[in-house]
Amino acid sequence: MINTISILLALSSLFLFGSSRIRISIRVVIAQGFLLGIAFLLHNEEHLNSSTWTIAISSMLLKGIVLPWLLTFVLHRSRAKLEIEPYVGFGTSLFIGVLLLGFSTYVAWNLSLTSTVRAIPPALFSTALFLIFCGMFLIVTRKKAITQTIGYLVLENGVFATGLGIGHEFPFIVEMGVMLDIFVGVFLMGIMIFRIDKAFDHTDTHRFNTLLDEIAPEHNDSEDMESAQ
Amino acid sequence: MNANNVMMILSALLLSPLLFGVINRVKAMFAGRKGSPLLQTYFDIAKLMKKGMVYGNTTSLMFQLGPVFVLVSVLLALLMVPFGPIAAPLSFQGDFILLAYLLGVSRFFTVLSALDTGSAFEGMGASREVQFAAMGEPTFMLGALLLAIHTGEMSLSGMVREIQFDVLSPATAAVVLLVAAWMMLLLTENSRIPVDDPNTHLELTMIHEVMVLDTGGPLMGIVTYASGIKLWIFSALIANLLVPTLSAGASAQAGIFVGIVLLIAVAVGVIESIMGRVRLRQIPKVLVGTTALVATALIMTLAG
Repeated sequence: MINTISILLALSSLFLFGSSRIRISIRVVIAQGFLLGIAFLLHNEEHLNSSTWTIAISSMLLKGIVLPWLLTFVLHRSRAKLEIEPYVGFGTSLFIGVLLLGFSTYVAWNLSLTSTVRAIPPALFSTALFLIFCGMFLIVTRKKAITQTIGYLVLENGVFATGLGIGHEFPFIVEMGVMLDIFVGVFLMGIMIFRIDKAFDHTDTHRFNTLLDEIAPEHNDSEDMESAQ
Repeated sequence: MNANNVMMILSALLLSPLLFGVINRVKAMFAGRKGSPLLQTYFDIAKLMKKGMVYGNTTSLMFQLGPVFVLVSVLLALLMVPFGPIAAPLSFQGDFILLAYLLGVSRFFTVLSALDTGSAFEGMGASREVQFAAMGEPTFMLGALLLAIHTGEMSLSGMVREIQFDVLSPATAAVVLLVAAWMMLLLTENSRIPVDDPNTHLELTMIHEVMVLDTGGPLMGIVTYASGIKLWIFSALIANLLVPTLSAGASAQAGIFVGIVLLIAVAVGVIESIMGRVRLRQIPKVLVGTTALVATALIMTLAG
């Protein structure tokens, strides 16, 4: 069962590599949030208590409902186009995705883990590594700020899955703290995208590089000085 | 070659045009129409066979020979496809490679006879056909590799004999992905929606139909029949992965197998009814996605 979930997680991330629609990408992230919550419950089948239920439910609520809702809200309010603009094309992204999956599977099977920290279901551990790589790749190769936030969420899903995959339980308070961190992170990103969009009419990070108002006058000054000399 | 083989080959030869009838009937049901008869393709082929031959002035002998070569190569390929528990008449180590290239030969002759007409439209169709086929080939080869690793056999019949479709086993997940990827391959290779629309009559968007625009009469009948056999080959490859292992008699197993093949035709009909054709420029993306799917399954098989 956990194997099936990890395969679904890997496939959904590959789908993100090839998808050109922001809205569908957000839905995929929703699905990942719920899959991870279910995986967490399955993983702790033997000792289900109030704290495991709290972590699972709050993680599903946060990653499956609240954060995607926030992203959809920002998406609708900003005048961003609904299409993803990548630096690396979708076909190339998919190809790199498969290579990354192969690499993370290789790493997961060859990593020497200690007896306390073991990759209990290796499929889940390799998927977790893959999700982390995916998140980083999405952050680096997509132009819009909102798609980078999606990459951040995938990265975080990877971190959560790693916790599951090495079969070592984080204490309740750590899990909740991490979740609060993500919430605040994505919340701030959402507000910032919203404000940037209001101020500059776009959230294309590529074009932020041209915002060089403060450097340009300095350059003029030095030229003036040179000419004065 | 025993009685079972003869029976299976005969059923393939007789039933393959029926697949088109099933697909069209399902599509008609989705559209709320009554639809053409299930045996319509047989009628079409019979009608075409009675007609005379008309050749364009620009065509050479290649144009006339092309469809015959196509039919012969798909019939040879058919000999290598196992029918569930009944092994294929022609089975040896690495036969899946010959199967892939026999299908390649049939495509080669379709393309040659299309180019022979000198029509710009047919050349365009030929170019597209070859492009998409090249992108679909990794899906077949990686899938065959997956099966070889999964079962430890190097012939298609051996793979099918060893494969156990068991829903609870984790290794089955890879096979399920393979079924999905090969279903996409079936749609690509047989020019179905979402890659190509067999009903379209706009030359600019057609792929397979545009290559046979100048073909008519008995040659068109041969082309239609050969495409039926090709559809049967791909459906049978997928059905082989899904067929349950039962301790029933040979005829009962054959019946189950043919039933699964017909169900795949129903699935194709459903897909065609609920999906639109993908834009031509988007098709490579879909095919790369399919390859990624089967590569994922392969990685999982290697790891697990």
